Amino acid sequence: MNKEPLLEVKNLKTHFHTERGKLTAVNGVSFSMNTGDIIGIVGESGSGKSVMSQSIMRLLDHTDAIEYEGEVIFENQNLLSLPHSKLRAIRGDQISMIFQDPLTSLSPVYTIGNQIGEAIRLHQKKSKKEAHQQAIEILRMTGIPSPEIRVNEYPHQLSGGMQQRAMIAMALSCEPKLLIADEPTTALDVTIQAQILELIADLNRKMGMGVLFITHDLGVVSEICTGVKVMYLGQIVEEAPTEQLFQTPLHPYTQGLIQSIPKLEGDRDDELYVIEGTVPSLTDIPQGCGFSTRCPYADELCRTSEPPMQTAQTDHRVKCWHYEALNKQEGRETTVGTSS
Amino acid sequence: MATVQEKEYVAQVSKKLKKEQRALGYRRLKSNYGLLIGATIFVVLVILALIGPLFTNYGPYDMKVVDRLTPPGAEHWLGTDEFGRDLLTRLLYGARVSISVGLAVALLSSALGLVIGVYATYYKTLDHILMRICDGLIAIPGILLAIALMAALGASALNVIIALTIVFTPNIARVVRSAALVVREQTYIEAMHVQGASSTRIIWQHIVPNVLSPLLVQATFVFAEAIISEAALSFLGAGIPAPEASWGNILQASKLVIYKAWWMVVFPGATLVLSVLSLNLLGDGLRDLLDPRVKQKFRKR
Repeated sequence: MNKEPLLEVKNLKTHFHTERGKLTAVNGVSFSMNTGDIIGIVGESGSGKSVMSQSIMRLLDHTDAIEYEGEVIFENQNLLSLPHSKLRAIRGDQISMIFQDPLTSLSPVYTIGNQIGEAIRLHQKKSKKEAHQQAIEILRMTGIPSPEIRVNEYPHQLSGGMQQRAMIAMALSCEPKLLIADEPTTALDVTIQAQILELIADLNRKMGMGVLFITHDLGVVSEICTGVKVMYLGQIVEEAPTEQLFQTPLHPYTQGLIQSIPKLEGDRDDELYVIEGTVPSLTDIPQGCGFSTRCPYADELCRTSEPPMQTAQTDHRVKCWHYEALNKQEGRETTVGTSS
Repeated sequence: MATVQEKEYVAQVSKKLKKEQRALGYRRLKSNYGLLIGATIFVVLVILALIGPLFTNYGPYDMKVVDRLTPPGAEHWLGTDEFGRDLLTRLLYGARVSISVGLAVALLSSALGLVIGVYATYYKTLDHILMRICDGLIAIPGILLAIALMAALGASALNVIIALTIVFTPNIARVVRSAALVVREQTYIEAMHVQGASSTRIIWQHIVPNVLSPLLVQATFVFAEAIISEAALSFLGAGIPAPEASWGNILQASKLVIYKAWWMVVFPGATLVLSVLSLNLLGDGLRDLLDPRVKQKFRKR
């Protein structure tokens, strides 16, 4: 598959103006992805990953007091400066999104066929019948058994996994080039989770669709992503191809995250590794390196000045002053225990 | 590809599902006594108002001075009033006026309140403006506001409808707004944004259907309140002008002869109570039917 550039995010910043002052939820994120990539965005709650994904689609526009900086280039257009009418034409047709909670992602008053059909008819000139037929085909593609029956059912008649499939069907109805998946498996149990992941990976292979996969579950990332970006306090602190990231994590935060995964083997009396403290509030972001308040290796330099993004290897970049020293000194290889 | 057999199977299953759903809906309806009683009484009243006047031998304005203030009997089932008009006939014609005024007010204020409510949730600035106006209107006691409006507009059935619509619209707008605020934050609205739907489409196709059930419940209560308010206005002489019959009018006339003709107080009062009670039962029943959470609470008790 030949890869073409799909999405380029340049120094994206999202500010909220609140009573407590200006909060910067996304603070200078830059990355680019190609068609066919599945990029995982990983981070704790409050690291800005969801806000970033919503900023790409400008879903926060209706919240007053929001301000974007930087550029989001998609098909040679800067999405951040597009008028709403043009943005609407792109949403759903070119870029689509699936959400964390399938139980609230479908309107309770319409059948799923109606909703998928509506999504189709928003962008394609089709009769209601054709759209209905197409909805059945898409539902079949997402692996819903007997889609002819399901298409006429209401969301409450479907199980959580089925609803998520219907949601994915709706998002994919116009064959978008980019799918943003905002923790699509978090609310599902593990077996359904595996099926949904398989489905997304499968559709990615078949349709060459780029996927931006937002999650806090590293097991999921290791399962399907081609590349990973680790976010902390609205910044990308490390990015690498998936395997490399799990084999040689360079940033202390990434190392902490990987160590925090519970492992099946080993002594159960061993205490689980935790990263001390919590993500600082956006109202008091530490000086220097954002992670310095929780980092076990932080020193004076870290607390006073912000580290630049440094290239460790091709495709492997890390935002840490001491990554070289740290990783030489320990010389370890962290292996991954998948959590699922 | 689906074979003929599969298609048959699908048709069978969907038929069965629909049948089951219908049976379930019927059972829920049957166990809801308030709704059934309220609806029955109200339907009877409406039918009486619609076809009742065809079966009486008197006109609403036919005076027979000799027979004035006749007690209920074979000639006049509910007696006559101070001008010798048949009370039953006047009550039936009055039901027409009261119910149509109530219905018109319920429909108009629901429509207006719905539009104000959903647009207020969607646009912040509009919200501030509209809700402050509503606050202002709610701050004035409803009946007082209605009297003031009637004084300005002049007494007529149409003006009663206009005045009561202005009084009740803010209440409905509030209810719709609070329901729509919840709906607006649901993921499926965000999902429609993601699909590229316009604001108008999101408001009318996705927010409105999801706030219809609280609106419907509120509308039945407004219906009942409008009937009472209309009667109150007419009683005070600021509503439907005499000689046209309305329950409030009849009550007003009766207060002069309250010691001589009990039937002139009791019958219009009873119909008024009955209609309002049935509408309230209907509204309560609808709320139980449309909001499953309330119903469960009742079952556990």
